[in-house]
Amino acid sequence: MRYLPHSAHERADMLGVIGAPDIDALFSAVPKAALKNFVLDLPAHSPEFLVEAHMRALAGKNHAAGDGPFFVGAGAYRHHVPATVDHLIQRSEWLTAYTPYQPEISQGTLQMLFEFQTQVAKITGMDVANASLYDGSTGTAEAVLMARRITKKNKIILSGGLHPHYRDVVKAYLKDDADLVCLSPSPQGQGDILDKIDGDTAAIVIQTPDFYGHLRNLKAAADAAHAQGALLIVVITEVVSLGLLEAPGALGADIVVAEGQSIGNALNFGGPYLGLMATKKEFIRQMPGRLCGETVDADGNRGFVLTLSTREQHIRREKATSNICTNSGLCALAFSIHMSLLGEAGFVRLARLNHANAIKLADALAAISGVEVLNKTFFNEMTIRVTQPAASVVERLAKRGILAGVPASRLLPGDPEVENLIILAATELTTDTDIAALSAALTEELA
Amino acid sequence: MSMNTQGRPTGIGTGGSTNASGSALIPDEPLLFEIGDTEHSGVDLPEVELSNDRLGGFGRQTKLDLAGLTEPEAMRHYVRLSRMNHSIDSGMYPLGSCTMKHNPRLNEKMARLPGFSDIHPLQPVSTVQGALELMNELSYWLMTLTNTAAVALSPKAGAHGELLGMMAIKAAQEARGQSHRRIVLVPESAHGTNPATAAFLGYSVKPVPAKDDGTVDVEAVKAALSPEVAAIMLTNPNTCGLFEPQVIEIAKAIHDAGAFFYCDGANFNAIMGVVRPGDLGIDAMHINLHKTFSTPHGGGGPGAGPVVLSEALAPFAPVPFVRKAENGLELVEHVESQALGRVTAFHGQMGMYVRALTYMLSHGADGLAQAAQDAVLNANYVKARLEHLFSVPFPDYPTMHEALFDDSFLKDTGVTTLDFAKALIDEGFHPMTMYFPLVVHGAMLIEPTESESKQTLDKFCDVMAELAQDAKSGNSARFTAAPVKAPRRRLDETRAARQPILKWERPEELPQAAE
Repeated sequence: MRYLPHSAHERADMLGVIGAPDIDALFSAVPKAALKNFVLDLPAHSPEFLVEAHMRALAGKNHAAGDGPFFVGAGAYRHHVPATVDHLIQRSEWLTAYTPYQPEISQGTLQMLFEFQTQVAKITGMDVANASLYDGSTGTAEAVLMARRITKKNKIILSGGLHPHYRDVVKAYLKDDADLVCLSPSPQGQGDILDKIDGDTAAIVIQTPDFYGHLRNLKAAADAAHAQGALLIVVITEVVSLGLLEAPGALGADIVVAEGQSIGNALNFGGPYLGLMATKKEFIRQMPGRLCGETVDADGNRGFVLTLSTREQHIRREKATSNICTNSGLCALAFSIHMSLLGEAGFVRLARLNHANAIKLADALAAISGVEVLNKTFFNEMTIRVTQPAASVVERLAKRGILAGVPASRLLPGDPEVENLIILAATELTTDTDIAALSAALTEELA
Repeated sequence: MSMNTQGRPTGIGTGGSTNASGSALIPDEPLLFEIGDTEHSGVDLPEVELSNDRLGGFGRQTKLDLAGLTEPEAMRHYVRLSRMNHSIDSGMYPLGSCTMKHNPRLNEKMARLPGFSDIHPLQPVSTVQGALELMNELSYWLMTLTNTAAVALSPKAGAHGELLGMMAIKAAQEARGQSHRRIVLVPESAHGTNPATAAFLGYSVKPVPAKDDGTVDVEAVKAALSPEVAAIMLTNPNTCGLFEPQVIEIAKAIHDAGAFFYCDGANFNAIMGVVRPGDLGIDAMHINLHKTFSTPHGGGGPGAGPVVLSEALAPFAPVPFVRKAENGLELVEHVESQALGRVTAFHGQMGMYVRALTYMLSHGADGLAQAAQDAVLNANYVKARLEHLFSVPFPDYPTMHEALFDDSFLKDTGVTTLDFAKALIDEGFHPMTMYFPLVVHGAMLIEPTESESKQTLDKFCDVMAELAQDAKSGNSARFTAAPVKAPRRRLDETRAARQPILKWERPEELPQAAE
């Protein structure tokens, strides 16, 4: 057992120091009925090469995104991650450190989190950001709870353009509450959320680009919400869009939540991902999750610590603002390294490249008989209506080696309006050849 | 050193003229905003024309003001920062209740196979059969090790799993027509997440006192039970490092009263392969994959918190889950009249599943049991070596995976638990967990885990003993000044909280103030 340092002799010596006759004596508090009264139907320990062979066999049964043309998005996006990012996050001192509870010997993590918070605040146009949450969906649920604490009002209105899984997570978090209004999905892009806002409304939640790829007018939403004393929560599932779109903070958003996976983090079949959250200065003390702050040490040197933890569960217990205990530190590190490698110039170029490829994709799709592109506006993702049930079309394309996008019916089962809709994304990794292959295959399938 | 507004130092280090105030080979590092600029980039991307954009007039008008670094600059920045961190690969990390064990690199290598890392949660299920097999296999290991009926893999962290487990209990109580049960019993020694979770779900939290020996008394549980109680949330082994000897009786009392038994599984490392929680009568328990099965903590996450469920709760598992179908495995993402729904956007922490299963296969059932036993052996060894110098609040039982001391041995020395911990930094060790559990005054909770060799444990115990003797001999200055050898001296946390500075601003943008 290569990970366990003791020899049998050392174990015996240690038991001698303890004064215990055998190891079972150390489990004397365990009721006899429960101690090792079973045989586990599990294999014994295994050499590294056999474990590796087993895992490779499992991995080999999956079609990786890099294996062929790939257009899947809807909340997770395939972007290039520079080799430097993955190398750096695997350095022992980042990878195998714990939460920075001892700031004097955790300045690396703490300074990185301070830089991360600054980056997130800048791209969202907000005053402050926290040191990351689990992901965009749980961040959205936390933002809704936060808005209720701030406004002391209960009603929450979710736009129909919010990712259906995000909507489900909010529903689970607010299960007992009747005051949750979920508008129906609106694939055509017209929203009726603004006239639903009233004086009881704590917040409206608007995603942009929305689930179908349409861009939303945040300024109008902020004005309508603020006129009724409600907050605007902006949700972003594709954070690269902020390189090209106006920052939500500049348009009046009160809380911005985003999925940060696109920068620095692989697809990973859905996790681990990275929840970004940013808000206005006056709401800091209602913001969940960790915060890193600047201070000085006993010599007057600049240093960093976790701060404002009086909101947290380990101090406030049942009065805590959330039950969150950890964050996505390593994913935040990957984000921060990738973002610093991009810098402003690179981030803007990356966003432009995504948009340019999406325009090519939209134009190519629009030229196919039997395909209607629903979007007038988009960033790197769009929705098309085809002449057949979308799930079957996508499955047939997958058999041809093309992962064509997400049938909307997978996320909204039973909704006849979306049965023929496919949501497709392009990124900087999408090539002209990929688009040509998709166009040719789709043309044949729809013929 | 020059100061700008709010008394913020703009120079780095006391020397002011160099960046090398830390020590010879561990230099200080400026903020990336101080070394980068908006024109620098470490990524080569083509510039494209957007003559006919489809942004509908929502394009960015304001500047991002985002600093960039070239690749060599970034490499050096993050390598230099990393060297200001303690980590499990550089030294012992005896944080009680946090389980900092060795992180095998095979786990990392496997998690990076493109067949795991480069697959999308929403690509056709027919193209990810290997991923579903992996989830199925991991589920089998977790259910077998715990002797439970079902598992929900999706929670993103231990506390998230706890939330889901309590949601399942709430849904089950509602399905039984028992929604009037509004109380959750939580022992005083519980993790802070336990009462926070119960309160989050609208329950009122009723504390259960511990006995003088640090364990929960079945009679106290019985006395707290009523028809309004929905569940108990018990940590076992508990946060004092003790196995609850009456856990089976407690489970029976809970079930007889129509309530459920939630077990906080944060300390599963002490009993994996040795005790199956299902045999103790638990109904739900989250498993911190990142602790017990060695997915790296990464400076504070990501975690993963699957929840195992008893027969009674299995029907209330959330989506998504994996199920056998005609052609292989299927992923159930929607269930009609689903009680619980969904707690995260996709299928949970796949990257962590790969690491955890790799670790399980490497150890096997025999190795996991040996690891648990070694963790317990190590904790008891530390306790045995130090108990004559330190004070042990609960001496009646052998400890499990962590050794708990209190600060009564420091009485009248002028040295606090915090001072003691900071002195340990100067000796090259990460401090133990302090001031937790709350039931003990000045608690010091030490969890060596199974990863530490006898040699390391001896060195650690020698240092601890030397420090204890030094404190008792009146040398308080060594402690109150500590740390002196770390990248930073004691940091002013009060100032950070009173005048929060949570992001970098250009010095010229800061409001002017007198120096």
